[in-house]
Amino acid sequence: MSNIPENLRYSKDHEWIAVDGDVATIGITDYAQHSLGDVVYVDLPRVGDKFETHDSFGSVESVKAVSEIFTPLGGEIAEVNDGLNDAPESVNNDPYDSGWMIKMKMANAGEADALLSAKEYEDYLAASE
Amino acid sequence: MSENELKRTPLNEAHRALGGKMVDFGGWDMPVQYKAGVIEEHLRCRTSSGLFDVSHMGEIWVKGSGAIAFVNRLTTNDVTKLVDGQAHYSALTNEKGGIVDDLLVYRFNEEKLLLVVNAGTTDKDFAWISEHHSEADNCTIENVSDKFCQIAVQGPNALNILQKMTETPLDAISYYHFSEGKVDGIDAIISRTGYTGEDGFEVYAAPQFAEELWNRFLELGGFGDENGILPCGLASRNTLRLEAAMSLYGHELGDDITPYEANLGWITKLAKGDFVGRQALAAQKEAGVSRKLAGFEMTEPGIARDGFDVYVNDEKCGVVTSGSPAPFLKKNIGLAFLPPPLAVVGQEIKIDIRGRQVGAVVVPTPFYKRQK
Repeated sequence: MSNIPENLRYSKDHEWIAVDGDVATIGITDYAQHSLGDVVYVDLPRVGDKFETHDSFGSVESVKAVSEIFTPLGGEIAEVNDGLNDAPESVNNDPYDSGWMIKMKMANAGEADALLSAKEYEDYLAASE
Repeated sequence: MSENELKRTPLNEAHRALGGKMVDFGGWDMPVQYKAGVIEEHLRCRTSSGLFDVSHMGEIWVKGSGAIAFVNRLTTNDVTKLVDGQAHYSALTNEKGGIVDDLLVYRFNEEKLLLVVNAGTTDKDFAWISEHHSEADNCTIENVSDKFCQIAVQGPNALNILQKMTETPLDAISYYHFSEGKVDGIDAIISRTGYTGEDGFEVYAAPQFAEELWNRFLELGGFGDENGILPCGLASRNTLRLEAAMSLYGHELGDDITPYEANLGWITKLAKGDFVGRQALAAQKEAGVSRKLAGFEMTEPGIARDGFDVYVNDEKCGVVTSGSPAPFLKKNIGLAFLPPPLAVVGQEIKIDIRGRQVGAVVVPTPFYKRQK
C-alpha cells in the first residue's frame, strides 16, 4: 500500500502539494517513486522560472527511465531542493520530506482547492490499478 | 498486447511471488526488477551473486553430419574451430552483412550443435535458418525453445553456489566451455558463460525443473542474507551488460548494422570460407566502416538514453544506442555510433538530452572489467 499523508494535496500526475499561504511545496508521491524505481537524477528548474499549470518543470530519472514532472499549479519557482543533486535517492527513501523538489509561489492560490485530497487520491489510485 | 497474450517462462509464478515488477519484454512477461531494486541487484551481482531467469532465450538444435558446415555457412565465426564442450559467440548475418541476430553456438559433438538466440528474435531466426536449409545440408534443425529453461547464476560467488548443487567439477570448465551433468539431481547443461561481465554459469534444463532449480539457487546462495544472492531482473541485466560493454540486439546490433560497425570484427572470420554476407563484409572491411560503436561517459550532469543524438562542434554526428547510469562505476555511460575519426578515446562529444547539449567523452570499453 502506498503511503498517502492526510495533510497533503495531490495531483493526478502523482505529485503531492503542501500549501502554506501562497507557497506550495511540491514533490512526487510514494506511489510515483515506487513506480519509477531507484531515482538516480533529478533535473529541476531555476529559482525565478515561471510555469503555467501542467507545464513540465523538470524530470526524474530512474536507472531505467526518465519521467517528466508537471506543475500542478501555475506560479514562480521560489526555491529548489539542491540536496537532490547529491542525494537523488531521497525521492525514494523520503518522498514527502527530504525528497521535496520545488517551492512555488502560486499565481493563484485558489488553484490549490481544485487538487485532490488524500482520500480522493487514494480512490484515484484504486481506480487506476 | 494484453497481459494474457504475453508468453511466460516456467518461472513466472516464482517472479511474482518474489515481488517482481512484471513488464512486457518483446512479448514476454518478465520481471524488470524485484523488491531490492535495480541498483542493489546490480551491485550484488558484482560483489556476491545474482540469479537471472533467461528461459525466454531461444534454443535451436542442429543435428547431423552436415551440422558444422551448415552453421558455418550462416554465421560469422568459424564453427570448425570449436571442440566438443566448447561454445562461441557469433552472429547470423544477412546478404548485406547486417546482423540477423547474435547468438551462442555450442558444440556437443561433430554432429550436434545448439544455437542459443535472443528471445524476441527466435521466430525470425528460425524462419531465416529454415529458409537457408535444405536436405542437401545433411542436418536437421529444430526449434526447441520451449523444451528448455535457462537460469544464469553470475558473480564472484556463482561457482561456489553452483558447486554445492553438482558433482561436475566446475573449476575444470573454462570460460566459454560447458559440460553436461546433474544439477540438484536434474539433467542439465552447465555453461560457463554470461552477460554480466562477471564469472558465472548458465544452466539449461527441462522447464518442469525450473522452479526447483531456481529455489535451490536462492536457498544455497543465501537469499535474504545481508550479502546473499539476489534475483536480478531485466533492468540490472541491462546495466550489468552495458558496464561490460556487451551488445544488445535491437540497440547495438540489428539487420542494418554489420559486425564491423559493432566492433565484432573478432567474431567475423572472412578466411574461413563462404558464408551468408561474407562478400558484403569483405567489401566493407576493405573500404572501411562509416560508423563505429564507441563507449562514452558523461562529463556533465545528465543521463544519455537510447536514441539521443550526438553532436561534435554543433554538428549531429551520431546516435546513442544504449545509455544508462552505471550503478557499480557510479558514472553515466553509454554506447553510440560515431564516424570512425570521432570514435577515439578522449574525443569530446555532446549528447542532446531533450534539447540540451550535455558534455561527454569517448572512453575505452569495456567500462567495467572484473579483477581476475
